[in-house]
Amino acid sequence: MALPSYATPVQRTYYYAYLFFCSVVFFFLVAPLIAIVPISFSVSPFMVFTDGMLSWPPDPDAWSLRWYQNMIGNCSADVVSSTVPCSHKWMTGTVNSFFIGLTATFIATTLGTIAALGLSRPHMPYKGLIMAILISPMIVPLIITAAGMFFFYARINLVYTFTGVILAHVALATPFVVITVTATLVGFDMNMVKASQSLGARPVRTFFKVIMPLILPGIISGALFAFITSFDEVVIVMFMASLDQLTIPKQMWAGIRQEISPVILCMATCLVALSIFLLTTVELLRRRSERLRGIKSR
Amino acid sequence: MEVPISTAELLTTDGVPLKQSLKKAERKNKIRAFLLVFPLLLFIIVTFVMPIGDMLLRSVDDTQINTVFPNTFAEFKKWDKEKDELPPEEVYKALFEELAYGDKIQVGRALTRMNYSKSGWKSLIKNTSRAIKKAVKKNEFPDSYKDFLITANDKWADPTFWYAMGQMVNNQTPIYYYNAIDMTYDQDQNVIRQEENRRVYVQTWIKTLKVSVYVTFFCLVLGFPVAHLLANLPLRYSNLLMIFVLLPFWTSLLVRTTAWIVMLQQQGVINGILVWLGILNDDGRLSMVYNETGTLIAMTQILLPFMILPLYSVMRVIPKSHMRAAQNLGAKPATAFWKVYLPQTIPGMSAGGLLVFVLAIGYFITPELVGGKDGKLIGSWIAYHLKTTLNWGLCAALGAILLGVMLVFYWLYNKIVGIDNIKLG
Repeated sequence: MALPSYATPVQRTYYYAYLFFCSVVFFFLVAPLIAIVPISFSVSPFMVFTDGMLSWPPDPDAWSLRWYQNMIGNCSADVVSSTVPCSHKWMTGTVNSFFIGLTATFIATTLGTIAALGLSRPHMPYKGLIMAILISPMIVPLIITAAGMFFFYARINLVYTFTGVILAHVALATPFVVITVTATLVGFDMNMVKASQSLGARPVRTFFKVIMPLILPGIISGALFAFITSFDEVVIVMFMASLDQLTIPKQMWAGIRQEISPVILCMATCLVALSIFLLTTVELLRRRSERLRGIKSR
Repeated sequence: MEVPISTAELLTTDGVPLKQSLKKAERKNKIRAFLLVFPLLLFIIVTFVMPIGDMLLRSVDDTQINTVFPNTFAEFKKWDKEKDELPPEEVYKALFEELAYGDKIQVGRALTRMNYSKSGWKSLIKNTSRAIKKAVKKNEFPDSYKDFLITANDKWADPTFWYAMGQMVNNQTPIYYYNAIDMTYDQDQNVIRQEENRRVYVQTWIKTLKVSVYVTFFCLVLGFPVAHLLANLPLRYSNLLMIFVLLPFWTSLLVRTTAWIVMLQQQGVINGILVWLGILNDDGRLSMVYNETGTLIAMTQILLPFMILPLYSVMRVIPKSHMRAAQNLGAKPATAFWKVYLPQTIPGMSAGGLLVFVLAIGYFITPELVGGKDGKLIGSWIAYHLKTTLNWGLCAALGAILLGVMLVFYWLYNKIVGIDNIKLG
């Protein structure tokens, strides 16, 4: 990619302009996410960089953890501010988010993996049609899904229940599992299944001892996608969840709509940290999976 | 030389023709594969496909009001509009009885529906209901129901209300679809445009399409060079830079939207920097959020990864030797790029473009939060009717139209890229 030594001045100019443009786009992509981190440690109840934060040498009085304390529901006197309410809602939301997310992930991963095994078989009938149906929850805009589910679940009294929210999230999350696991199964050597069965293993044992270890990276990244889908989901919970099913996104939505407070930025910072963790895990798993399959095909 | 093989003579050891035996084994395999997929398929159909179908049915459904006023509507259908200016006595009688003995909650719901076809119904029926109930309580049944109703409220002598009832006598109605594109019925059941001040949807549809096109265009302009850089760098560096693309992709939508509010607001980071640099003075701060600009900026950043990733996967497999070969044959770099490189990236551009466009059309959260009054898209109206006005028919019709538009584009996407070629991360 480096510029050849015989490049003309015009080519050089173009090349550096191109690199500059790309850096600007990279900056555009991540700058907003990075900018919120320092503001979440501010003393000020407004979401701005205060003069104290920008001064040099750093002014320790401009920084604090008060909004983080507010977030975890520790409402002592130095934390409370007239404009920023303090409650346990963020923590309730966190607990609910993890409960809904983990339950939905478990169901979605189980159903999705089994389906992916079937879809990868060479004899699968109507593969295109079935795949289209299975992927449709990912394709249809969330607002349409939310409207449809709200009408339908209201008829069977599932609106404003954990069951309803979890079922909706499972439906939204399974396409990710199906896609990632099917992708891992491409190039999977079916002879290994035959070998295992010829040695006397039953299908279930074959799955757990032979297939699963090989496609585990795919299953785990599918599960992580499923988890983040449910964990970040806001449109469905907006319509289908009551205050009893308050989740982090629902609370953030309410926060942005009503009282914009730095506490939202604290939660946002935590979520950015979580996404960095998940991103790294998925990336490492992808490489491991490619390595595993690379060895197999040779 | 070809040896003629007659399959009919080939038998398995059981004496079954081989073809038949093979078919049987294959069918068994098919059933096995299908059984694995079946649980999920059933789950998705029940929890997802049926709700969407239910919504589509609801967009044309008009049965509720027919269960409230069955006799009135039956009599109404017999009314000859050419002959009599007002409906016959029987219609008034049926209406009187159905209002007198109807279930209060059901009537209430029906009123909401009636107001969609003509405003004024709600107060008219409520007034009349009160008069009717009073009369029934005293056990005073009028001789002429027609005169009674007209005395109770002179609007019953106004034929336009009766014409509006004509829109509701069937179990199915296209009215919500007409409303969704700013159309309505006139008194003779002709489809006409809404009054000037009630036209909101056509302009919102146009705005939604406009914003989606702009966002797609910006994503393409910003994403193309970046994808090109990532595809041509050695893998070590490109994997590192890829984090810049994947981090926003993995981060919560709400976090990114919040971040943009922090960046763009009047006291926000960007205005702060511009004032600090002396480019703006303190009272000349730009308003970049809670309007269409904010929507465009935030949506472009949020959807950019969906453009970069497909472009990158296409560009990575374009051999670098092509550009060199073109230049070797005498093409200037610009010509080589235009004639040789660019055509090969078209699959990536169309995949990314369609993906971004389709996602943008259905966006709701970001426009709702950063769009302010003039940045709202069609998704906001769907949510508004679902949650606030409870006009579910219109909500479903708007959703159905949006779904139709999406499906057309996904059909295109499927033709060009293939829906099962979607890759993540």
